[in-house]
Amino acid sequence: MTTRIELRTSPHVVKGTSVERIMFHVVLALLPIATFSVWQYGLSALALIVTVTLACLGGERLFNHLSGQQSTLSDWSATITGLLLALTLPPAFPLWMGAVAGFAAIALGKALFGGIGYNVLNPALVGRAFVQAAFPVAITTWVPAFAPGRFGGFAPTTFTAPLMTPPDLSAWAKSALDGFTGATPLARWKFDNVLATPQDFLSGAVTASAGETSAILILLCGAYLAARKFMDWRIPAAVLGGAALTALLFQMLDPARYPDPLFVLLSGGLMLGAVFMATDMATSPVTPVGVWIYGALIGVVTVMIRYFGGLTEGVMYAILLGNALAPLIDQVTQPRVFGEVKAKSVKAKSVRAKPLKGEKA
Amino acid sequence: MSIPGQKPLSNLEELLEGVWKQNPVFVMVLGMCPTLAVSVSAMNAVSMGLATTFVLLGSTLLVSLLRNVIPKEVRIATYILIIATFVTVVDYLIQAISLAVYDALGAFIQLIVVNCIILGRAEAHASKNPPLKAVLNALGMGVGFTLGLFALGGVREILGAGKLFGISLFGPDFQPWVVMVLPPGGFFVLGAWLLLFNWLNSRKAAPVKPVEGHAHV
Repeated sequence: MTTRIELRTSPHVVKGTSVERIMFHVVLALLPIATFSVWQYGLSALALIVTVTLACLGGERLFNHLSGQQSTLSDWSATITGLLLALTLPPAFPLWMGAVAGFAAIALGKALFGGIGYNVLNPALVGRAFVQAAFPVAITTWVPAFAPGRFGGFAPTTFTAPLMTPPDLSAWAKSALDGFTGATPLARWKFDNVLATPQDFLSGAVTASAGETSAILILLCGAYLAARKFMDWRIPAAVLGGAALTALLFQMLDPARYPDPLFVLLSGGLMLGAVFMATDMATSPVTPVGVWIYGALIGVVTVMIRYFGGLTEGVMYAILLGNALAPLIDQVTQPRVFGEVKAKSVKAKSVRAKPLKGEKA
Repeated sequence: MSIPGQKPLSNLEELLEGVWKQNPVFVMVLGMCPTLAVSVSAMNAVSMGLATTFVLLGSTLLVSLLRNVIPKEVRIATYILIIATFVTVVDYLIQAISLAVYDALGAFIQLIVVNCIILGRAEAHASKNPPLKAVLNALGMGVGFTLGLFALGGVREILGAGKLFGISLFGPDFQPWVVMVLPPGGFFVLGAWLLLFNWLNSRKAAPVKPVEGHAHV
């Protein structure tokens, strides 16, 4: 038997962190949130999460096949996209629309750019933006949390036949839970000036997308990822800080009109977006200064859309905007290389830019 | 297209050029303004395609006939004048045939004047070829443009309204995909068709592998 000698270039000591490992831990961190969502909204939410995830996996496999790549299902990234996307949709979202969202997320958000690591925008949010533009009514039709019969059956909209309009939910939702208004806390604040209390948010007894109410759970799962260094803690800190400071500023200007920062932090998808979506490695900046700028930008834009935009919730568009700006932010916040001397003048720079003699252009 | 030094195309090849190989929408990606703007429904798309084909036929015939008379220095202005004449004709024609279509297409009928497919044909083909070839080429381009518009308009109408040429396909319960009748839908569908065309073409060209080691940085 011959001895096998391996020749390798450095680095020789590696930590063992791989894309698969990081992604798997993100899936693990998302599972408690998904479980809470199912407990809140029952079978409809479960069916939605499973369908959207399967659609993402199916889309990923299809595009692997079409582009002649090896299957990338085992890197868990499509699973994350599916889980995250499902958690941002209303719990009673028709399953066929969920499947469209999942497929659009992978096709438009990921496969078009060349797959994992090459995407410019967060795939889950691309999928959500697509169905938001395609089915604006269904994506703002909400169901009550903790309805008594949530494990006894599905919401009538869940099994809408493909391509068909979902039935009207208001009668069913009223019978499922007394006094259900069908509006999210953000919409109630914007249109009726009624503020939900922090207790409502923390118990999860609010109308919302499947996985965005459990603020404490999201923070805990995010803390786990940050502690294992699978996530940059500065991004959620910057997003939440930016949003809170902006909200505080507006509240100081006009306390009667603008809600307190805590309401802004707990309502809508800000928590989920800040912890799990803005931190997507492929679509966020990498420079130390850049991540703060990027996060703060998302936080500020979110509050601006909520306060002054036509929509009640702005996290999705804020993060997509942040994603689009990430390469630019990276470019302008390049740290100085150790020992580098700043170019004295434009002339000196232009001289350096020329290729040296004998160097291939 | 007849490039100097190349074998001239036969009449049939000239006709088929625009339908597939040099399809104005999917291969040359010309005339995107009307393509994206009026392809909301199949009816609008086909009307626009036919109107453009008419202008294309008339103007290339005239340009081809006058190709030895038009002074080189003012040829573009002359082409525009000829094209504008036919656009005026088609503008009044559509108004007379169907006011509904006229209203739906709006300013895009007049904007056929600046459609780069037509000016492109006049400059690159009709001014260098005899009338028969020029008209055959223009007919192919017109058919290709109409097909391209129909491919977009058909998909957008089916998904955006559940109809094709106004006939309901899925019954009254159909859920329209609102995005498809909005501008982003036009880009999505156009992108998908371009993807399909490029994919088909690359499959055809697959046996020729790029030679490695010749990549320029």
